[in-house]
Amino acid sequence: MTASVLARPQGTTTPSVRKPGRRLKPGRPIPLGAAIGPFLLLSVWAAGSAAGWIDPRTLSAPWTVVTTTGDLIADGRLQDNLAISAQRAGLGLVIGTVIGTVLAVVAGLSRWGEALLDGPIQIKRAIPSLALLPLLVLWFGIGEQMKVITITLGVFVPVYIHTHNGLRSIDSRYVELGESLRLPRAVFLRRIVLPGALPGFLLGMRFAVVNAWLALVVVEQINSTSGIGYMMQLAREYGQTDVIIVGLVLYGLLGLLSDGAVRLAQRRALSWRRTLAD
Amino acid sequence: MATNLGGLTATGTVRVHRLVRGFGSRAVLDGFDLEIGAGEFVALLGRSGSGKSTLLRALAGLDSDVDGSGVIEVPEKSSVVFQDARLLPWQRVLDNVVLGLRGSNAHERGRAALAEVGLAGRENAWPNELSGGEQQRVALARALVSEPELLLADEPFGALDALTRLRMHDLLRELYARHRPTVLLVTHDVDEAVTLADRVLLLDSGRIAVDLTIDLPAQRSHRQPQFLAYRETLLRALGVNHSEG
Ligand SMILES: Nc1ncnc2c1ncn2[C@@H]1O[C@H](COP(=O)(O)OP(=O)(O)OP(=O)(O)O)[C@@H](O)[C@H]1O
Ligand SMILES: [Mg+2]
Repeated sequence: MTASVLARPQGTTTPSVRKPGRRLKPGRPIPLGAAIGPFLLLSVWAAGSAAGWIDPRTLSAPWTVVTTTGDLIADGRLQDNLAISAQRAGLGLVIGTVIGTVLAVVAGLSRWGEALLDGPIQIKRAIPSLALLPLLVLWFGIGEQMKVITITLGVFVPVYIHTHNGLRSIDSRYVELGESLRLPRAVFLRRIVLPGALPGFLLGMRFAVVNAWLALVVVEQINSTSGIGYMMQLAREYGQTDVIIVGLVLYGLLGLLSDGAVRLAQRRALSWRRTLAD
Repeated sequence: MATNLGGLTATGTVRVHRLVRGFGSRAVLDGFDLEIGAGEFVALLGRSGSGKSTLLRALAGLDSDVDGSGVIEVPEKSSVVFQDARLLPWQRVLDNVVLGLRGSNAHERGRAALAEVGLAGRENAWPNELSGGEQQRVALARALVSEPELLLADEPFGALDALTRLRMHDLLRELYARHRPTVLLVTHDVDEAVTLADRVLLLDSGRIAVDLTIDLPAQRSHRQPQFLAYRETLLRALGVNHSEG
């Protein structure tokens, strides 16, 4: 009954209150709005499978996918393949991030560093990492080394580009402040340069994570004997669409989780920043 | 490359001899001489573009990329206050204050400096949570926490509203009375110069055109006839014939 208290008395015309300005925002968010689309898709899929409209050889039913997931977990294949995939992606991500960051700091803080590094990396940026795959296979074979190197190559470029850009766009007034306080170089780096470049670095990380999974998918589908990609490849040969879908869902979850982790880090690390989004 | 023969003075005095600073072919300061005694509070006036900031940056050693020559002797311990507060937005207020400090008691000293400018309790705020006047007070705390012998300030209150500026004047006088650094305050506000300083310099065409010792009690006001006389002299020298108010 609280609503009636707030409601205007019927029949009286209120003198023209200032109308709210035209709204440019899309309006209030719908509760659980993000879940509506996927849920609808899932319902169509389930209904189609139940009614027999979808041939299980084209697309397995959702419940088949669930039971298959259970089976794969029971015999350990899912965990083993997931572990090896996560290890490849993680290794490539860590190595690529370290390389990208170090190169960005070197190029950002010294003219010689920039002259030597920036050109080659910009050229590398123009060539998709995956186009280098034939060459990498020739050089490093088809083992783990080639896989991790391919992922690393996809990771370090965005980390470098965005961190370097972040470094370059640090306000020169802060550099002047550092000079006026006669900060030692190490303190200058730790207190001014690195925090100043952090927003750029984290943006680079978001691209890097996407690239890492992308490269993983590709390297695991060529000449691999383990990993989620291999599991899916094998399933293709046996026509097991349910296993393929389990793999797809896994890739999707991994991508979402890692992007969420970077965004969380972003929010934590950049809490001093107030932007339009907050 | 600006070469500063000469060096550091121990007692807080400032000595500038035959200073030349210019941009391109145009000399902003050309054979500039200046002496400031230890503990003196000097205000530097001058028209826009007369070279006030150029001089201040030379004294602060922030102009290594500017052409020039001359001798500069300044105390080793000097601090700069800029027109903008220039706080690092990603460091909390206390960390901003102690940025240039080393040693185990840095945080203690930072807290004390913040309390002195009336910001006790705001140590953990982010700079952009503070008002413009509060930010400038943090900048003052950062400049004074190292107990400088020379304080260089380039229009530190230029961006503040009139009321806040008056409060800052009182604060600055108070801090000056307590710490007694040599002060060089650049301003374009004649009233501010006469209110705060013991000596007012007027920079014109790269030279000191007026060097005025302000002989007024610590409590100064626009109603004192001598205050108005100083004001009149400086305004006339600045080319303003007729003073309003
Ligand atoms: N980095 C620079 N490059 C070229 N010219 C400059 C540079 N900095 C200052 N100048 C010139 O030197 C002259 C003096 O500048 P300065 O900043 O010292 O003036 P100012 O007295 O501080 O003026 P204001 O009161 O407007 O701050 C000006 O004519 C300005 O155009
Ligand atoms: Mg200036």
